[in-house]
Amino acid sequence: MRRRWKPRRPDGATCGDCVTGPAKPEPAAGASGAEALIDVRAVGYTIEGHSVFDGLDLSVRRGAITGIMGPSGTGKTTLLRLMTAQVAPDRGEIRVWGRNLATLTSAQVFAMRKRMGMLFQNGALLTDLDVFENVAFPLREHTDLPEPLLRTLVLTKLQAVGLRGAADLAPAELSGGMARRVALARAIVMDPELLIYDEPFVGLDPISRGIIVRLIKQMNDALGITSVVVSHDVAELAQIADDSYLLSGGRVVATGTPRQLRDSSLAVVRQFMDGSAAGPVPFHYPAPDYQEALLAVEDP
Amino acid sequence: MSAALPDALVTQSLRKLGAVSVFFWRMLIQCGPALARPRLIVDQIYNAGARSLVIIMLSGLFVGMVLALQGFDLLQRFGSEEALGTATALALLKELSPVITALLFAGRAGTSLTSEIGLMRATDQLTAMKMMAVDPLRYVAAPRFLGGVVAMPFLAAVFSIVGLLGAHLVGVKLMGVDRGSFWSQMQSSVDLKDVVEGVVKSAVFGVACSLIAVYEGYHSEPTAAGVGLATTRTVVASSVLILLLDYVLTAFFI
Repeated sequence: MRRRWKPRRPDGATCGDCVTGPAKPEPAAGASGAEALIDVRAVGYTIEGHSVFDGLDLSVRRGAITGIMGPSGTGKTTLLRLMTAQVAPDRGEIRVWGRNLATLTSAQVFAMRKRMGMLFQNGALLTDLDVFENVAFPLREHTDLPEPLLRTLVLTKLQAVGLRGAADLAPAELSGGMARRVALARAIVMDPELLIYDEPFVGLDPISRGIIVRLIKQMNDALGITSVVVSHDVAELAQIADDSYLLSGGRVVATGTPRQLRDSSLAVVRQFMDGSAAGPVPFHYPAPDYQEALLAVEDP
Repeated sequence: MSAALPDALVTQSLRKLGAVSVFFWRMLIQCGPALARPRLIVDQIYNAGARSLVIIMLSGLFVGMVLALQGFDLLQRFGSEEALGTATALALLKELSPVITALLFAGRAGTSLTSEIGLMRATDQLTAMKMMAVDPLRYVAAPRFLGGVVAMPFLAAVFSIVGLLGAHLVGVKLMGVDRGSFWSQMQSSVDLKDVVEGVVKSAVFGVACSLIAVYEGYHSEPTAAGVGLATTRTVVASSVLILLLDYVLTAFFI
């Protein structure tokens, strides 16, 4: 059962186009009145006694590109794992296509994942298969398509990412950017309704980064899918995201369009956008006094 | 504290045994669907079996030769050198072939399985499969397990044959035992029951080694050190389990 999404604050009030701060985490600004494909409500998640999320709220609009930003170690990838039912939250509720993930059987989770595509940070290509077979893998596993049609589909997707000529290469022969483009072709080969990208720009040269940015935008517009992009590359995300969330300290600290976040005066947003070490997000890991530590080394 | 330590060890061992049992059961369920893709299983039989042939044949040859030397030395004291064929055949078929093949399998194919699956886990390939709605137990674990189980009895058979040839080489050609006595005594003394014992042992060892290798790889920490530790655990656990099971099976057959 799908449900209409309405932006809401913890106190029940609604919000229009606005950038919100730490005191009032809210759905993205552009999401008002739109149907939420993913709805995360009051989620808490702890790993080995360390709280990753505490009361996390966010929504992903159908048909939009939603950017999830935040400093390294803030739980962005963990959020994707929660959204795709790889792990279950300790508290709260996550609904995807209107269905509470906590109530799904593993067969239902697998059925849901057939409607998703996911691009991993390192591509996660299967190393014992060549490029063609990697892209063909989901089709071979889930369909009984005749070989000529399967070949046509795979070559079409490889052409879309510009790597039809690399069909016979092994994953080990690909550069990082090429591997990610192959992984993107694999992610879209089943024509998913939802595409999830985990740090798609990390470690890429400017050309590859630009290609991936354009591909994400083109895929979303041409195929009419919903995209979730987790990244800490503000500039790239700002080019393509319709809605953005900024995570820090286990909560959404700001939401809005990339432009709104860029123009925000909130200290945490400014620190992240400006790449500054000074601000609410500490640069240093908690440690004893620096001077005392140095003196202790000199005088054991 | 001294009482708490064994308690914790027992609890940990039971927990591990339970986890392995659950994993084994889940993998067995996936073995049926995995059989629908015979190509995957054939590839794994090749990886675990054919690629282990050289080390198995070399080991079999030398074990057979040593067995013949030691056997000749012992039997000569009783004037029974003609029984050398029987002695080497029984020792190889019932004991040495299944056990040494399994130990070599754990060291060659088992470590290879564990590190391969561990690296697949470390590079998110298993997670990627899950995200493509493909169960890695069906695509990765079950074919590798079945490949190991099928390959082991064949490897043990090859070990026995090459071992007997090695024993013949030393016993007949080098030490001068009569060729007719060597083979005819072997033929008259070795029963089908002896062959069955060896086959059953190698099949059981194949299940144990393959299960441990696949389990350790599937549950390894997704780091370089984690994969290394899992590989070590595969060799240690397989070796101990092979010797333990060997005693149990020998007691059962006698």
